[in-house]
Amino acid sequence: MLFQGLVGLSEAMYLWLVAAGLSLIFGVMRVLNFAHGSLYMLGAYFAWVAFRISGSFWVALVVGPLLVAAAGWVLEFGFLRRVYSAPEAFQLLLTFAFVLILDDAVKLAFGPVYQSPPTPAALSGAVRIGRSILPTYHLFILAVGGLVGLGLWFLLEKTSFGLIVRATAADREMARALGVRSSRLFTGVFVLGAWLAGLGGALSMPVRAISPGMGEFIIIEAFVVVVLGGLGSLRGAFLGAVLIGLLHAYGLLFMPVFELALAYMAMAAVLIVRPWGLFGVREA
Amino acid sequence: MRARLAAYVLLAALVLLLPAVAGPFLRYLVLNMLLLALLALSFNLLFGMTGLLSFGQGAFYAGGAYTAALLLRAGVPLLWSILLGAIAAAVLAAVLGAFCVRNTRIYFSMLTLAFGMLVYAVVWKWTSVTGGDDGLIGIPRGRIGLPGPLDVRLDAPVPYYLFAAVLVLLSMAVLHRLSASPLGLSLRAIRENAERAESSGIPVRRTIYIAFVTAGLFAGLSGALLAPLEQTVSPSTAHWTKSAEPVMATLIGGPLSFLGPIVGAVVYLGLKEIIVRFTEYWLLVFGLVLLGTVLAFRGGLLGAAGELLARRRRG
Repeated sequence: MLFQGLVGLSEAMYLWLVAAGLSLIFGVMRVLNFAHGSLYMLGAYFAWVAFRISGSFWVALVVGPLLVAAAGWVLEFGFLRRVYSAPEAFQLLLTFAFVLILDDAVKLAFGPVYQSPPTPAALSGAVRIGRSILPTYHLFILAVGGLVGLGLWFLLEKTSFGLIVRATAADREMARALGVRSSRLFTGVFVLGAWLAGLGGALSMPVRAISPGMGEFIIIEAFVVVVLGGLGSLRGAFLGAVLIGLLHAYGLLFMPVFELALAYMAMAAVLIVRPWGLFGVREA
Repeated sequence: MRARLAAYVLLAALVLLLPAVAGPFLRYLVLNMLLLALLALSFNLLFGMTGLLSFGQGAFYAGGAYTAALLLRAGVPLLWSILLGAIAAAVLAAVLGAFCVRNTRIYFSMLTLAFGMLVYAVVWKWTSVTGGDDGLIGIPRGRIGLPGPLDVRLDAPVPYYLFAAVLVLLSMAVLHRLSASPLGLSLRAIRENAERAESSGIPVRRTIYIAFVTAGLFAGLSGALLAPLEQTVSPSTAHWTKSAEPVMATLIGGPLSFLGPIVGAVVYLGLKEIIVRFTEYWLLVFGLVLLGTVLAFRGGLLGAAGELLARRRRG
């Protein structure tokens, strides 16, 4: 029981990293990034390549997400920036174009086969908890997810960058009037969001199969998470991810037939009661 | 206005006369273009008119396709299977729409994609009914289901082409009529300014809901017509890559005119037919096309043509 919960929680951490970036970008920029799942996928592939070259999991874990952050910079600075003045549907369509481009580009570069990922030596053991055995790697993922959560909290609540981010999210025009350079901030937030997705992808590399379709699965789950938690709310993204992770874990245990539908049922239930999500802000 | 009507009639006549001159390849391609055009028109009923971007039309397309396939396999005549398929899709849209239409535009796109993939997951897993991964095969065409001497058989490809083309053309006429109706005008008012529309007495949410269900109906009709054409249906009809096709067709043709999605569907499938001969990465190519469209030609082909015409007139 407890064991299943821990497995669910560690699965939830990938989702949390993706949903956090998605929610952060939306909160500040009001752009829903459909390509966020593709950035997660890029994280896994870049980390894999970095591992092949360096032979070190730790180097891969640092380099992979940084490369994704660079890709995020290209996406925002080179493309997204040009359509901020267009209706929001076109911003969405632009990120959607990148889903198509990146998914196929990865297939082109790495082939459509499932890549067999390496297992880090230091984390390949297992820990005995009660009568069950939990892979150390699951605990590592939990720790990283928690640390990222703490780091984001510190960044947003305790630093001047966080102050600007929160001010812009609350009232964009007022922040701009007070001298916030929103174009630079947008780039920074997008790059940070991309880095978070890349970190999720890089972390998933040793335990989940790397495939060109991995982005589309996680982006849809991340959508469910942010609808549950409220788009733009990091607390909501965290609790939403945990909820979905646990639903999957216990759903698999108790009603495997409905496992897939459980997350959507939870989303539909929240939509009926609180359409703006558990921690979201009600929009007029 | 009369010239335009004449042009429509001429085009419709060309479509119906096509089997007399074209071989099976072109006939199959044109019918696919017609089905995609109908799907894109259903998408654009929401996007072009209200600005709501749906990424889940595949769900209703598949709903129509699977319902029609199951009914045909159970021996229900063709016309009734098709119509019931479309109605089933509309019912599905009525249920999902209750969740999707409540929210802002961003939520709408996200929810249509998520619910679309839910339908995909259900189709994939519910093997006893849908055949799961393999889909349904051996779908018969058989009798049309009309009384007396009208009850012809449509097993051969040409009669089925004519039957499907007539249904698509009729649907297009209905959708065209709808875009000029009070519903269409209300939808456009909502696109321009939802608050003002609300305060001038248009029930915004209900109007969008009606448009959503109507879009589901015609997407379902398009899917229902696909099942007997291919004589198989597979879960890919519900996948998001299917939902992306009407999006791309509409964007290529231009979302702001009625003909845009139709022109876009023809160009999209024509281009795809050419691209797949050179590379299997046609989604990459269309991603680049979409990127260029969003950055430079937001009015699509028809929008660009209109601008060119206006510039020439100004001299």
